[in-house]
Amino acid sequence: MISTDSDILGMAETWAREGRGVALATVTETWGSAPRPVGSHLVIDADGTFLGSVSGGCVEGAVVSEAIDVIGDGNARTLEFGVADETAWQVGLSCGGRIKVYVERIS
Amino acid sequence: MDLALLSALNVERAARRACVLVTDLGGGGQWLVREDELVREPWASRPLSAALNEALRSGKSGTIESEGRALFLNVQAPPVKLVVTGAVHISQALVSMARELALDMTVIDPRSAFASPERFPSVRLIAEWPDEALKRVPLDRYTAFVALTHDPKIDDPALEAALRSACFYVGALGSRKTHAKRVERLMQAGFLSEEIARIRAPIGLNIGAVSPAEIALSIIGEIVATLRADRLAGRDRAAS
Repeated sequence: MISTDSDILGMAETWAREGRGVALATVTETWGSAPRPVGSHLVIDADGTFLGSVSGGCVEGAVVSEAIDVIGDGNARTLEFGVADETAWQVGLSCGGRIKVYVERIS
Repeated sequence: MDLALLSALNVERAARRACVLVTDLGGGGQWLVREDELVREPWASRPLSAALNEALRSGKSGTIESEGRALFLNVQAPPVKLVVTGAVHISQALVSMARELALDMTVIDPRSAFASPERFPSVRLIAEWPDEALKRVPLDRYTAFVALTHDPKIDDPALEAALRSACFYVGALGSRKTHAKRVERLMQAGFLSEEIARIRAPIGLNIGAVSPAEIALSIIGEIVATLRADRLAGRDRAAS
């Protein structure tokens, strides 16, 4: 898939050079009907400002809060999201797919 | 990711060179492999290079297993470029759509009355003949080329360059009659009919477009459909 996420990686570099704490989230695997293809990016700063997307808006909130932890401790991690379960108040994908998202600090 | 690595990645992207960012998901590091490095040692003989070549060919990022490690291959293909001959009304409508789609657009037209910054304030504009202009805007396999002037003196040399290039999309404005004459001229210039068949004409998806903006939309739609042909074929197979 040819990426049109070009500006996200440029912005990640700009933010990091400004001295902001920055994390990059990348979709590494998808199953079923996932909203954004593998390789899609979300860039997050320590204040929770973000650009780009890893889903159709379903799990960005959870990724942003994990990313703030990653900016804090520097440990990259893989997050997994599945089908939304409204009764359990879990974040998930309403489209029924599953995705893995790798979150790493830029430093 | 190391900031220096991100910076190196952005340099490759700005230079329109394809590369792969390899991440060991188990925390074993991260490195950048440029397309031209794969044909040289030490990469040429590494077991991983087959997977990297395949990722670059397909343009698809993904996770693979290699020597017991889970590696994420993030393919970085250059941003898609849109090169248009003709600083005409349809091209003006294409500018904002191209921006939304992150297409890197260039307009070429030697007629300076058309190719004026007032008419095209926010796009790369080259008021020269295509032969000269295309030296600065090379057509590669990540480029869509569109001929919109209606003037063979301007469109034909650019179309010939596009047909000799690896452009993923070549489209030309004009009725079936206009296109038939164009095909004759290209045959006389030595092109084979299967080469000429690459030209999308009449240009654009058939949505009954009338206004310049509607025609621009049909062209953009056809470019996206060509870019995503693999996915489109997969969806059609799934539906049948």
